[in-house]
Amino acid sequence: MTKPTVAVHKFSSCDGCQLAFLNAGEALLTLSGLVDIKHFAEAGPVDDQAEVDIAFVEGSISTPAEVERIKHVRSRSKFLVTIGACATAGGIQALRNIRDSDGWKGAVYAKPEYISSLATSTPVAEHVRVDFELWGCPITTKQVVAVVRDLLYGVTPVDKADSLCMECKRAGNVCVLVAKREPCMGPVTRLGCGALCPHFGRACYACYGPAENPNGVSLGRRFLGLGLTQAQVANRFALITSHAEPFATARVHFEGKGS
Amino acid sequence: MIRSRGSFGHEQGCMTQLQHMAREGLQQLIDALRDRGYRCIGPKVKDGAIVFDTVESAEEFPRGIRDQQEPGRYALTESSEDKYFDWANGPQALRPLTFAPQETLWKVQRDGGGKLTFREVAPAMPPTAVIGARACDVAALKIHDQVFLERDPADPYYAARRKALFVVAVNCSSPASTCFCASTGDGPHVSSGFDMALTELDDGFTVQLASDAAQSIAAALPLVDATDEQHFAVGHQRSEAIRAQTRSVPGRNLRQALFDNLHHGRWKDVAERCLSCGNCTSVCPTCFCHREEQDARLEGDAADHVRMWDSCFTREHSYMHGFVLRETTAQRYRQWLTHKFGSWHDQFGRSGCVGCGRCIAWCPVGIDVTEELQHICGEGSSESIPSP
Repeated sequence: MTKPTVAVHKFSSCDGCQLAFLNAGEALLTLSGLVDIKHFAEAGPVDDQAEVDIAFVEGSISTPAEVERIKHVRSRSKFLVTIGACATAGGIQALRNIRDSDGWKGAVYAKPEYISSLATSTPVAEHVRVDFELWGCPITTKQVVAVVRDLLYGVTPVDKADSLCMECKRAGNVCVLVAKREPCMGPVTRLGCGALCPHFGRACYACYGPAENPNGVSLGRRFLGLGLTQAQVANRFALITSHAEPFATARVHFEGKGS
Repeated sequence: MIRSRGSFGHEQGCMTQLQHMAREGLQQLIDALRDRGYRCIGPKVKDGAIVFDTVESAEEFPRGIRDQQEPGRYALTESSEDKYFDWANGPQALRPLTFAPQETLWKVQRDGGGKLTFREVAPAMPPTAVIGARACDVAALKIHDQVFLERDPADPYYAARRKALFVVAVNCSSPASTCFCASTGDGPHVSSGFDMALTELDDGFTVQLASDAAQSIAAALPLVDATDEQHFAVGHQRSEAIRAQTRSVPGRNLRQALFDNLHHGRWKDVAERCLSCGNCTSVCPTCFCHREEQDARLEGDAADHVRMWDSCFTREHSYMHGFVLRETTAQRYRQWLTHKFGSWHDQFGRSGCVGCGRCIAWCPVGIDVTEELQHICGEGSSESIPSP
C-alpha cells in the first residue's frame, strides 16, 4: 500500500507554525514512516509541484504572486489544512487591512516601488476552499499530530472551538480577570494553547482567535469597567487575529466611540 | 439499585456532644491526620485567591485574611479578626478533588492482528483530608454523591476519590456579598455530610464529630466539653452569618415558574451580557457535565479515552449527529438556569444550587443569577413575549 503524501507550503508568515512539525521530535520520525513527505522546504524535501493527499499551508495571502500560488496548491491537493493565525485569519500582518497600507510601505522602505504586495493580508479561505483550519500563533505539535492521525484514520478532525476559559479552569488556574483585574481575552478566545498566559498570571491576548460564540462587545464593556479607554479596548481586538470577523466587529464597535 | 446515602460513614447517629479545642489545636489536627496517613488539603492564598492545596502546617492557612466578592470581582484584604477562617470561599469547592477536571478512563491497544485490548485506568487518590470545607461545599458534595454514586452503575472514578475523602467542615462566619446559602437552606452551618465540623470562635474552635474516623482522630486532640457560652457563641455566629447575607433566591421550587417563562424577554437581555465562556459552570460545585474524547497515538495502534469537564455553554454540548441544538447564548443560558433551578428537582429532588455565589463572583462580566431569577421568576414575571 502506498503511503499518503503530504506537503507543507509556506506563504506570508514567520515559519513558527512549521516548527510545530520540526519540534515534534520522535513523532516527526513516526510521521515520516506513516506518510510520504513530498514538499517541506524547511525540513528538506522540495517539490512544490507535487500532487499530495494532504497539504498544510502556513501563512497569509499578501502578494499578487501568492494569490496565484495558493490556487495551484489547492488544485494539487486532496485535503487542504491551514496552520496558524496567518493562514487561518490573515495574521498580525492583517493589521494593514485597517490602516493605510501604502503609507506604511512608503515609511518603511527606501524604494517602495520595488515592493510587490497587496493592500491586504487575508486568510487562505478567502481565496480557495479550505478543508480544515488550525488556529494558533503558533499552533502546537499536539494539534498537528491530532489532525494527521484523524485524517489517516479517515475521520473528520474535531474543530476545538470552546472558550479558553474551559481549558483554563480545567488547568486549575485562578481567573486573572476576576482576581487580578487583567483585561484577559480568554472568554472570547478559542482554547488550544493550554491557557499558557493565564497560567503565568497574565492576560490572554487572543492569539488563538475567536471562540465559537464570542461576545466581544460585552467583554469590551467589562474592560472599560477595569479602567481601559475605548481605544485600548479596541486595541485588545487588534492583534494577532484582528481580521477575524468577530474581533473586527468588536474593534470597530469600540474604535467608533473614540477614547 | 439506589444506594443509600451516607455510605461513607457520614451518619449523624454517632454525633457527639459539642467539644472545644484551643486555637493551637489546628496544628495538632493536621498532625493527627497526617500521622494516620492522610494527605491534608487546606485553604491557602495563591494568585490572589484562597484555594484548596496541600498543607503541612497551620502557618500556611490564610490567617487574618478576608475575601471581598462582588459580581465579577474577587479580592483578598486584611481582616480585623485574627482568625484562620474569616473568609467565605475561593474559586473552587471540593469538586476538583472528587470529579477530576480531566482524567483518562481507559486505554485501548490494537495488536498486529487487529485485536483490541481495553484496559481500565483506576484512579489513584491517597486518603485525603480536606480542612475548611464550607456548608455549601459539603451540600454540593452530597449532590454529587447523588449524581455519581446513587445510581446503577455508580461512577467508579468518583467513588474511589470520594471514599478516600475525610471532610473537616468549618462553619462559615463571614459570608461574602455574593453568598446566599441561607436562602437555599444549605448554610452557613453544616448539618450533615461531614466527618468533623469546626466553628472558629475568639478563643479557639468548637468541634463536632460525625464519623468513626473522626472519633479516632479526636483521640489525639486537646478536646474539652464546650461551655454554655461557647454553645451560645456558635448559635450567635450562625445567626449573624445568616443576617449578613444580602442576596437570596426564592425558597420555593422554581421549576414551574421557569418553565412557564421559557420565552421571557430576559433570556435575550442576559444573552447580550453573557460571554458563553463557561466560567459559571466550571466554578459551580454541582455542575457535572463532561465530555469524552479519544486521544489517539500517532502510530494509530493505541488511544486514551479521556473525560473532561464540559459546559452547557459550549457548542459541542448540544451537538447531536449533525446539528447543534443550542446555537445561541440565550438558549444556552436558559438551559443552565432551567436545569439548575428547574428540572434538577425532577432528577434529584431538590434545586441544583447551594448558594455559594461562585457563578456571580467568577463570571467575568458579573452576571448575578439571583437577579436573573428575580426577573424571570419574580412577581408578575409571566408576561411572556414571543421568542426572538
